[in-house]
Amino acid sequence: MHAHISLMSDPSDITIVGGGLTGPTLALALANAGLTTTIIDGLPRDTLADAAFNGRSYALALAAQRLLQAIRIWDAVEDHAQPILDIRVSDGHAGAGPSPLALHFDHAEIEEGPMGYMVEDRYLRRALLDAVDAIPDIQVMNGVSVVGQTVSQRAQVYLDDGSMLDTQLIVGADGRQSGTAQRASIRRNGWEYGQTALVCAIEHDLPHNGTAHQFFMPEGPLAILPLSGNRCSIVWTETDENAVAINALNDASYLEVLHPRFGDFLGEIALAGRRFTYPLGITIAERLVEDRIALVGDAAHGVHPIAGQGLNAGYRDIAALAEVIVDAHRRGEDFGSLLVLERYQQWRRFDVQTLALATDTFNHLFSNDNPILRMGRDIGLGIVNAIPGLRRGFIREAAGLTGDLPRLMQGRPL
Amino acid sequence: MFGMQSETNTVDHAEVSKFEAMANEWWDPHGKFKPLHMLNPCRLDYITTQIAGEFGRDLNAPLPFAGLRLLDIGCGGGLLSEPMARLGADVVGADAAERNIPVAQVHAERSGLDIDYRNTTAEALADQGEQFDVILNMEVVEHVADPLGYLTACRILLKQGGLHICSTINRNPKSYAMAIFGAEVVMRWLPKGTHDWSKFITPDELYDLLQQARLKPVDRKGFVFNPISWSWRISDRDLSVNYVTASVSPQA
Repeated sequence: MHAHISLMSDPSDITIVGGGLTGPTLALALANAGLTTTIIDGLPRDTLADAAFNGRSYALALAAQRLLQAIRIWDAVEDHAQPILDIRVSDGHAGAGPSPLALHFDHAEIEEGPMGYMVEDRYLRRALLDAVDAIPDIQVMNGVSVVGQTVSQRAQVYLDDGSMLDTQLIVGADGRQSGTAQRASIRRNGWEYGQTALVCAIEHDLPHNGTAHQFFMPEGPLAILPLSGNRCSIVWTETDENAVAINALNDASYLEVLHPRFGDFLGEIALAGRRFTYPLGITIAERLVEDRIALVGDAAHGVHPIAGQGLNAGYRDIAALAEVIVDAHRRGEDFGSLLVLERYQQWRRFDVQTLALATDTFNHLFSNDNPILRMGRDIGLGIVNAIPGLRRGFIREAAGLTGDLPRLMQGRPL
Repeated sequence: MFGMQSETNTVDHAEVSKFEAMANEWWDPHGKFKPLHMLNPCRLDYITTQIAGEFGRDLNAPLPFAGLRLLDIGCGGGLLSEPMARLGADVVGADAAERNIPVAQVHAERSGLDIDYRNTTAEALADQGEQFDVILNMEVVEHVADPLGYLTACRILLKQGGLHICSTINRNPKSYAMAIFGAEVVMRWLPKGTHDWSKFITPDELYDLLQQARLKPVDRKGFVFNPISWSWRISDRDLSVNYVTASVSPQA
């Protein structure tokens, strides 16, 4: 099947398929514990580093920020990061502003500091690529694709340039359509929402004071997330039909549609960077592991980007998988064996399913114009708001500080 | 990275496939050795920490146990021998049950590890004048007829300054309930009759036996099962059921 295969001379302990945000983060976490990795990415290096990602940003939960600290790239990201000090959640109608009963989460109610940080893709990606380049234990292969994988006592990855990598473990960090999962015959469950997220960054006149807003509109949620300076990231969800129409507009008309949806509290607005669209859907891998194979990030669970939990969940995968691998390696266990990898699956599976169900329910409940549902929602939000203990629970949840946290997310070394 | 098995296997093919099936059984995390697999990370954490401490090794370094000669008594399918070999130790795995030896050999070969498995006993190895830096004596002492004679053989096998790690089960109503009624009767984790409760040894009795065998006990900890998280952890205080000790052979 694979004629003229050349074996790479120096096999890495772990081969990571996918050079996005999760793959390099995992490689850095493992390198800190002395394990060698090879990252394979189909895109050429300059594409990954270029400014085409301007305008994309992530709401990093506090726990994920601690992971970036642990792998020593937070310093390079921090200058451009915007702390999220407040989260306001409200139910709204286009043009009518938020309803009177709204949820308000203030970081002063928990001791850990801000609830999280807004980090722009261009800075996070740059910092990860620079850190990876500086570490000899991490090899990066850009512009090559995986065409096959086999598993025996070790694992083999076959590339489209005819070469083969021999490795102890293959990690699929290759996104919602994970080829690693497909090649391992891991099936996926999922569905589409018939909704599309419109994403852009804006500049505005008035300060945002570090407040993140989430408005639940009948067409879908609208999030306004503070970036450094007088800028915000907008994640705006519409039905697929509306999204196509809106996306076809020129910038000025696009802004005319957007502006009335959240009112005037930021003053005049202008686009700052490119516009993106993402069709929404959930896709969850049936299993997170196989013998010598583990899935992380969107390859394991692509969720609705509501509340920015996608990357945070991916980072939880990485912190958990790195801990399972490194602990096993120090004990002399075979960390690519199913015996060891099942510990990672057991740790993450419950979280993954809960997250998918919660974001899905949340979205179904809020993307609705039924007056009774709306009233129930407003009362529900009011109740959560009125009970400090419950509200603190939500804040800690939003900061990613609940559950059985991996050491890297508690600010501890591996 | 690891030494390959150099000798070719002379056992016939039918035998080999039988041993491979048995090796798969030993190493199946959901099979009949599931309780051992669940306990194993905890046992390995204790063992690796003790060895690293006693011999000044860094567990983050490659092959941290290189140069240490280690004996795993009652090695079974090699659940402890293989990790020790992977960490660089020169491992002899001994088991009194003859059928375990080819099974462990088949699996080590498959894992690319060079381990010297022998169908023998501690007493026989002592008679042959073998010497080790580390002896792993895990869940064995509760099964032997003469614990003092057995522990004395272990001490003779140890080089001066060597480390002896010995785990077993406490003797009290709780250990009876957990180990015999719980593990053998209710959960069917272990075959009925695996344990004879009257042979169980309390931590104080074991310390006493170790000292009579002229070993110097230096540490003891509990292995505690948590039925909520369904996992084991190491405890400083709770030695009420499973526990482990570390002792050293005094320098002359």
